[in-house]
Amino acid sequence: MIDTTDSPAAPRGGLDPVPGDWRRVSPRYVWVDLVGSIVSGLVTTAASTIPFWVAQLPVLLAIPAVVLVIAIVVAAFTPRRVRAIGYRLRDDDLLVRRGIMFQRFAAVPYGRMQLVDINRGPLARALGLAELRLVTAASASNITVPGLPMADAEQLRDRLVELAESRRAGL
Amino acid sequence: MSEPSVAATAPAVDLADGEWHRLHPATPVLRGGFAFVAIAGFVLANLRERILGLFLGGGPNDVPGGDPIDLIVRRGLIPLALVVVLVVLLVIIAIFWLSWRVHSFRITDELVEVRSGILFRTNRRGRLDRIQGINVGRPLFARLFGAARLDINVAGHDANVPLAYLSGRNADALRRLILQRASGSREAGGAAAQVEHDGSLGGMVTQRAREFVAPELDPQLARPEAVVAMHPGRLLGSTVLHDRTVVFVLLVIAAAVLASAAHMFFVLFGVVPLLLGVGSQIVRRFSRSLRYSIAATPDGVRVGYGLLSTNNETIPPGRIHSVEIRQPLLWRPADWWEARINLASHSDRQEGGRRTSTILPVGSRAEVFRVLELVLPGIVGDGSRQLVVSGLARAAAGDGYTTSPRRAAVLRWFSWRRNGFALEPEGVLLRRGAIWRSLVVVPTARMQSVSLRQGPLLRMLRLADVHVHTVAGPIRATLDDLDAAVAAGFFGEVAATGIASAQRENVAHRDNRVSWQGMSRSHE
Repeated sequence: MIDTTDSPAAPRGGLDPVPGDWRRVSPRYVWVDLVGSIVSGLVTTAASTIPFWVAQLPVLLAIPAVVLVIAIVVAAFTPRRVRAIGYRLRDDDLLVRRGIMFQRFAAVPYGRMQLVDINRGPLARALGLAELRLVTAASASNITVPGLPMADAEQLRDRLVELAESRRAGL
Repeated sequence: MSEPSVAATAPAVDLADGEWHRLHPATPVLRGGFAFVAIAGFVLANLRERILGLFLGGGPNDVPGGDPIDLIVRRGLIPLALVVVLVVLLVIIAIFWLSWRVHSFRITDELVEVRSGILFRTNRRGRLDRIQGINVGRPLFARLFGAARLDINVAGHDANVPLAYLSGRNADALRRLILQRASGSREAGGAAAQVEHDGSLGGMVTQRAREFVAPELDPQLARPEAVVAMHPGRLLGSTVLHDRTVVFVLLVIAAAVLASAAHMFFVLFGVVPLLLGVGSQIVRRFSRSLRYSIAATPDGVRVGYGLLSTNNETIPPGRIHSVEIRQPLLWRPADWWEARINLASHSDRQEGGRRTSTILPVGSRAEVFRVLELVLPGIVGDGSRQLVVSGLARAAAGDGYTTSPRRAAVLRWFSWRRNGFALEPEGVLLRRGAIWRSLVVVPTARMQSVSLRQGPLLRMLRLADVHVHTVAGPIRATLDDLDAAVAAGFFGEVAATGIASAQRENVAHRDNRVSWQGMSRSHE
């Protein structure tokens, strides 16, 4: 079950627009995120060596070096970042929070939800996790809650659809 | 009505009786018209020398080489070639005729349905109570035939039901009728077009001519005080002083100087396409706006555009998701403004003009208010009128806007004083920009969601951004670099206001089915 009482630690000096308890995503999601950031970090590092291969200037090796360091830092912060993902069902809207360095809070009224997706990548499926995606009429909304255990994701989806139905508000 | 094909020719029949009807008989020509002209032009251009040779003497044998026509002439295959051309033409005409035969539409009390296609049948249905807007477009070519294109927009990407083409009168009558049905009033009085049928050719010509010069808006439909008229002088001035024109002129000068002084003629190759693009944009804006008109009709706001190809769009109430009033830099001395809107429906239209996102091409401050009262009737009331006034003005203390703190001046050198928001129960007002002033109004009842963001740089400055999400369109309702605590509070308030506003609308909707601010649930 999801740990519902523990709130993700708000980063020092960061935003906390609606203080209270956030529901956290499964700790297993760290592995999904970690593999994702390692793979993308390696690919970016490999791609950033292209200037070196083209120009054959040793100075240009600094680019992949910097990229690699950034990728390592990103990967190292994964557990922290996953702990910062939270969501909360309020009376009339769903709140989602993400990120530590780049914080993002979003509030979606239930009545505005047009559809709710459940997406599962290969690794997430192996770990029994799923990602919930909410779609409104605004493409800018694009709100996702990753790393939910499958049963919870389905339960949450049904709950959201039910809430959306009872508070339907047109476009 | 016995035979549907009668419907297309005699405009007096009721097109919305739930039966299947066909479109204007000239439809295939109008749709394929430009392609046909283009092909003819291409063929002519390629045969130019041959045709010249025909007139100036000298046989086809003068033209060296073995192009297909030489081959045909040399081998005496002319009769066969003529037969082939004839057969191809007949097949094309048959396909056109068949596509017209199978393309039919019907309008019932609940929905509009179009079916078309010979091999691949398509069938599209739109619910009348989901209509986001109706557009009557008259491309120049179609206007010559007295035809018009009716686009029924429902929410979604490319989710329009086009009826192209109808006769102009039918299009107008049908629009009125659909809007009436959509608004829930069932007693459609005098919906079918009554045509004084003259019959004679002279009568038809004068009728065409009359249609051609008739104003886009029926003066009887529009409350005269609501109409904003376009002064040609102001339009010309605003076009000249528009940022785009200034950039255009500077580019021309730069290119000319580079080409002549530095002998860098290759610059011209890069610049010419760009100039053509920008120049055509400027000219199009000007010619479109010359006969601009806006008016309140019982069915919604009606915006008319266009000089040769005209376009006339009706937006029912409550379909406008955000409004932006902005001012290009050089318009400020004249106090001119431009207004744009976001709508939930986007249709990709090749013919008949484009989506009306500019709802006021240029207007004085008073006209901006008149337009705002039309498009946001509940919001620009007595209370918040002052907020709009100060939203267009310089920032002043106590003008009702909460603005960025002084430390935001690091990021917003000039606009930090003006950059602010005001929250009313019915609308969110976002004021931005000091050099290029703009004011965004989002009706809270139409708002989709809201987000609050902060990156490391803003964290250091204790600032944050608030994005109000509306449907996709030219306007982005975002306000950056607010004080972090203020932004957090604003985020919470906007979310709460949006919910309250949507609930209020739902209640009003249940109580009053005729008011169709919201959507389809009224029928369930």
